[in-house]
Parts: sequence; structure tokens; C-alpha cells
Amino acid sequence: MQPETPRNLDQEIRPPVTHIGIIGWIRENLFDGWLNTLLTLLIVYFLSRVIPPLFRWMFIDSVWVGSPQECRQATGACWSIITANLRFILFGFYPYNQQWRPLAAMLMLFGLLSLSRDRNRWSKRLGYAWLFGLLAMGFLMKGGFFGLSEVESSKWGGLPLTLLLSVFGLTAAYPLGILLALGRRSKMPMIKALCVVYIELIRGVPLISLLFMGSIIFPLFLPEGITINKILRAQVAIILFTAAYIAEVVRGGLQGMSRGQYEAAESIGLNYYLTMRLVILPQALKIVIPPTVSILISAFKDTSLVVIIALFDLLKTTQSVLSNPEWMGFSKEAYIFIALLYFLGCFSMANYSRKLEKELSIGR
Amino acid sequence: MENKGSPESVPFWFDPKKRSVAAQIGTLFLVGLLSWYLISNVLNNLEKQNIATGFGFLQKESAFEIGESLISYSAADTYAKALLAGVLNTVKVALIGIVLTIVLGALVGIARLSKNWLVSRLAGSYIEVMQDIPVLLQLFFWYAIFYESLPPPRQALNPMRGVFMCNRGVMFAVPEFHAAYLYMLSAFALGVFLSFCLKRWARKRQETTGKHFPVFKSCALLVIGLPLIVWSAFGAPMKMNVPKFSGFNFEGGFTLSPEFMALLMGLTLYTAAFVAEVVRAGIQSVGKGQREAAMSIGLKSGQVLTLVILPQALRVIFPPLTSQMLNLTKNSSLAVAIGFPDFVSVANTTINQTGQSIEGVALIMIVYLFFSLATSAFMNWYNRHVAMVER
Repeated sequence: MQPETPRNLDQEIRPPVTHIGIIGWIRENLFDGWLNTLLTLLIVYFLSRVIPPLFRWMFIDSVWVGSPQECRQATGACWSIITANLRFILFGFYPYNQQWRPLAAMLMLFGLLSLSRDRNRWSKRLGYAWLFGLLAMGFLMKGGFFGLSEVESSKWGGLPLTLLLSVFGLTAAYPLGILLALGRRSKMPMIKALCVVYIELIRGVPLISLLFMGSIIFPLFLPEGITINKILRAQVAIILFTAAYIAEVVRGGLQGMSRGQYEAAESIGLNYYLTMRLVILPQALKIVIPPTVSILISAFKDTSLVVIIALFDLLKTTQSVLSNPEWMGFSKEAYIFIALLYFLGCFSMANYSRKLEKELSIGR
Repeated sequence: MENKGSPESVPFWFDPKKRSVAAQIGTLFLVGLLSWYLISNVLNNLEKQNIATGFGFLQKESAFEIGESLISYSAADTYAKALLAGVLNTVKVALIGIVLTIVLGALVGIARLSKNWLVSRLAGSYIEVMQDIPVLLQLFFWYAIFYESLPPPRQALNPMRGVFMCNRGVMFAVPEFHAAYLYMLSAFALGVFLSFCLKRWARKRQETTGKHFPVFKSCALLVIGLPLIVWSAFGAPMKMNVPKFSGFNFEGGFTLSPEFMALLMGLTLYTAAFVAEVVRAGIQSVGKGQREAAMSIGLKSGQVLTLVILPQALRVIFPPLTSQMLNLTKNSSLAVAIGFPDFVSVANTTINQTGQSIEGVALIMIVYLFFSLATSAFMNWYNRHVAMVER
């Protein structure tokens, strides 16, 4: 409040209109120097050539609900390959009238995930809720009780299978990874050597070789007469693979702990197990939450590899729709739809990881 | 433990040393027991199913064709040769992919840091989209684009002279073999060697006398000029081997198969997004003060980049970059899904034909382990080489 300030002085102080507001922003960010101007013009030209036809193809000339014949006459995208086969793509060979069960399991999973978003809610009770929830999802899928008919796991497929492989994979790989990381940091030479060999061996080979191992060699490892179903074999391969990567991440966290923490724990008389459980791991695991989320993201993406050993995950159900002569030739549309699903999953996880990183770095 | 005075008073299970020995022996025993159990099961099963063991199958005739190969290979050759062709295909895809990925990744990473809002946003969305879609899905997508969108060979597109595009691949004209090309290659090698010597000489001279020598321009002249002189000395051979349509397919020229292109494109576009993030983080890791200090002692902006920023940024960039290159090599094993005959794909066929799955999967693992161990050995050497000398 300075009523004595003359009005014209106030206006003199203001920068020229070309340096503030929208115009100023455009000048500074798009037309700053001849190189930037050239780049901007080139990109605008490129976008103007690409976006409108793409938009037409995707939304205006496209067929959303219709027969394959209508699709072949249209010039745009054929989204009806998705709408007509949506339930098969999402649920695979799961019995048609029972498909509410995988849907309910997935909704449970999403509910738990959104409940766990807020770090303030993380507690033992939420842990138990997860444990109970995962078990309930498994039972819901499998059935065979409370009047639910039993569904063979060979019929599981689509999105629930993709989620199952990644969620159970990470849940089981996490403790194994922590053990491996502790083993690698251990002072006992034999145990350290075992863990180092395991971690480096697994990280050095592609996931697909482990999946081959799970699908063709694993049956040979078992005594005669015992068979384990295909999904579990792939799941074991994914767990063994992910554990090695988690071990490396956790090791990073362990290395980040200062010596003082170990010494302090020792000086109050804690043994190795209590030192780790009460002092070191709670801090180390907190540091490595963001990289752990990125491992979850790659595990989620990597489940698509089970296509190669002929499990009916999301990608495989889509491909079997595409191999139907009626719908042949609309691969682009189908793959774009799946890519969108994967993108939504990974993008929200990545966003969450960035948010966590910010929160955690404030505390330190 | 420091209480040497009364060693008897500590029972052995409270003595950390003895306890650790006991724990290790116990673990080893358990691991040994488990492996003995598994191996005995395997031997038992193999005997029951009448599957041969050992690597004897490598010397047998493979009886399958390989779509494309760098060495001459036919179905009459041995499995060993088929697998070698597969390894070479993997190396080919990996090497070309690595070069393209580094170029694209560096461009996108620098673009991400651009002051131009449009450029940095475009780079940012490229990175986000590519990182969040499984690479296998991208491979299928590109393969579908090449296979479904391009016409059959009879109606091949001809975008420019000597180039044809159809669903059998892209064919283009290549220079017909001429002895001059061999000499040009040696001239090129000579040029590289001379530039290397020139650079050392120029550096020495600058250090002793302070005189500057235009190294880059003269080196470029040597490397490009020498082969050109040889070429014109041989009368500038220009004859091209142009692809021609005959019967059902194209003959002559050079063909890039749709499988190879889809694999290369998918791997490159996917990995470049990760490389871009690595490059961005590396450049950002160099403090602002470094640039300002370099400018204040009068270096030109090019020199600031090559003498001050890049040497420091590369030290940060290199380790994650190598692991991305390794990822690309490992991901090239997904070729099996789109039918490019890489090593995993050939090994898979071998397993299916011989039934010797253990040997086959072991071979796959050994080859990839070799790649990654060689890479990490190189990386450790490099890290020692460029490690910061703390004073």
C-alpha cells in the first residue's frame, strides 16, 4: 500500500511487453536465436504434417464398432478389433461366464495399490491386507470352493496373467533379493562367493534363456511323475531373474549405510540378525525404494516375454486374435491398444516413483 | 573377539569364527545335496527318455536353413556352423544397434536439455513413451508395419532409383566388387594411422613450443582424401549391382530383411530412450562452475565442450551406458519371436531337433555370459583408466 507512488513511475518500471507474459515466454523458449527459431519452425512444420493425418486415421475415419468387412472398407483405424475381442484379449481362455472372477481379482489389486499410494498408510496392517489380498486373488482365480467352479491354471490368460506374473514375481523375489544382497556383503567367503556367482550369472544372461530353462529343462530336474504347471515354471524363472536385480539394488542401499550405524548397533549389544532387522535394513530399504519401483516396472514389461514360451499373457491373446483370418492385417491397431495398457501401467508407476523420490529426499 | 585369556570359557557355538565356518560348511552341504538330487533326477530322466548327452551333436548335420547369414551356410553343414552363424548374426545386430543407439540417444539426451521448449518436450515424450512399452511389443509392432504395410515383391515400391521396398525387405543397389575397393580400404587404414601419429606429434609440439596445429582438419583430409585419391587412380569404378525382379523375388543388390530391420529398429528406438536419460544425467552432473571457469580462461565454446565438459560427463555416462549396451545385446535374443536367425533362435531350433535342451540352454547362457564378462572387464579397465586422480 503506497498511495504516494506516482502511477506513471509504476508503468515505467514494467518491462516491455515483448519480454513478459505469453509473448515473452514464446520469445524466450521458442525463438531465442536463429538456431532455435529454425528448430521451432521445422518441428512445427513436421507436426503439422504428421498430426492431422494421424488424428484422422485414429478418430475420424476409424471404425469403432463393426464387422471386419466394414473395417476393410474404411480408410481409418479399425478399433473394432479391440471392441469385438476385448474380453478374449483381457481374459484369454478363462471360462466366459466366470470372467467376473479375474476382473474382481484385478479390481482388488488396483484397490490395494491405490491404498498403498500414500506412504503414511504403510503399516503392518497394510502388509497383512496385501498378504490376505494376494491369497484371496489366487483363490478367486483358481476357485473350487464356496460354489465357485474350479478353473485350471492352464486356462488363465490375458491381463490377469500379466499382473499375476509381475506382482507375485516381485513379492517372492524381494525377500530372496535381500538375502542375496546380505550374502554378497557377508564376511563368510563361501557364502559371498555363492551369492556373487549367482547374481552375476543371472544378470549376465537374457531372461529368455531362463524362461527356456523353466519351460524345457525344469521338468527334467524333477523326479519322474511329478509335473509342475507351465505358469508356475515361468513364474519361478521370473522370480530367480528379478531377485538378482533386486539384490544389486539392495546392495547399493547397504553400501550407502555409514559404518557408524553398524558400530552403534554393535555397541548396544545387537547381534547380526537384530542389527540387520532393526537398524540397517529399515534404512537401506527406504533409500532404495525408487530403484525398486523401476525394477517393478521392468518386471512388468518383461512378463511379455512369456509369449515366447507360449503362455497366454496379454500379448499372446492379442496375437491369437490377429491370427484369426477374419481379423488378420489389423496388427497396428491391436498392438497400439496393448501398448497403451502397458504405457498406462508403467507411466503411473514411474510417476509414483518420482513422487516418492521427492518425498524421500526432503527428509534427508 | 579379544578375550584371549579364557578361550575355553566360550562354547564353540558362541565363537563367531567357528560359527561362521560351521554355517559355510552347512550351506555348501545343502547346496551340494540339492545339486546332487537335481543332477541324479536329470540323469535318470534323460535315460528314461532316451536323450543323448554331451556336445557330440555339434558335429552332426543340422538339416535346417538359416534365413540370412554372414558366413556361407547351408542345411548340409554342422550344428556348430549353424550356431556360429547365429552368433555372428547376434554380433551384427548388436554392433549396428549399439552405434545407432549411441547416436540417437546422444541426440535425444541433448535435445532433452535444449532451451527450446518444443524440442525438449518432444524429446521428453519420446523418452517416456519408449521406456514404458515392452521392447518385445515394439518389435512385433515394427515387424507388423514392415510386413503388413509394404506391398508384395511384384508391386514393390520404388522410392528412388535402385531402391525397392516390399514385404520381403528393402533392396538397394551396392557398388559391384572391384579390386580398387580393397586398396581404398588399406588407404583408409593408413589415413587413420597417419592421423594418429599426426595428433601425437601436434600435441608434443604444442606442449614444447605452444604452437597450435589444425589437427582435426588435416586428419579429416587424410582419412577421406587418401581413399579418394586411390579411387580416382583406379579410374573411379562406378558400376553398381542393382536389384532386379525376376520370377518371385528380387535378385542382386543388397537386401535388408524385414526381420532384421524390425529388430534393429525396435532395439535402437527402445534403448536410445534409456541412453538419452543417461546422457542427460551425465551432462547435468557437470557443475555450472566448470563451464563458467572454462569460459573465463578464454576457451572457445567448442573447446569448453571437448576439453572440460565432455571428459567429466563421459566419466559419469560411461558405466550406465555400457550396461545399456549390454541390455541391447541381451534383448537382441528376442529376435527368436519375430524369426530373425540370431543365436538364441538357432539354438532353439537345435534344441527342438536334437532334444538336448540342457546343452542348448547352457550354450546360450555361456555365449551371453561371455559377452557380459568381456564387457565388464573392459569397463573395469576403462574405469581405472579415467578414474579421477584425487590430490
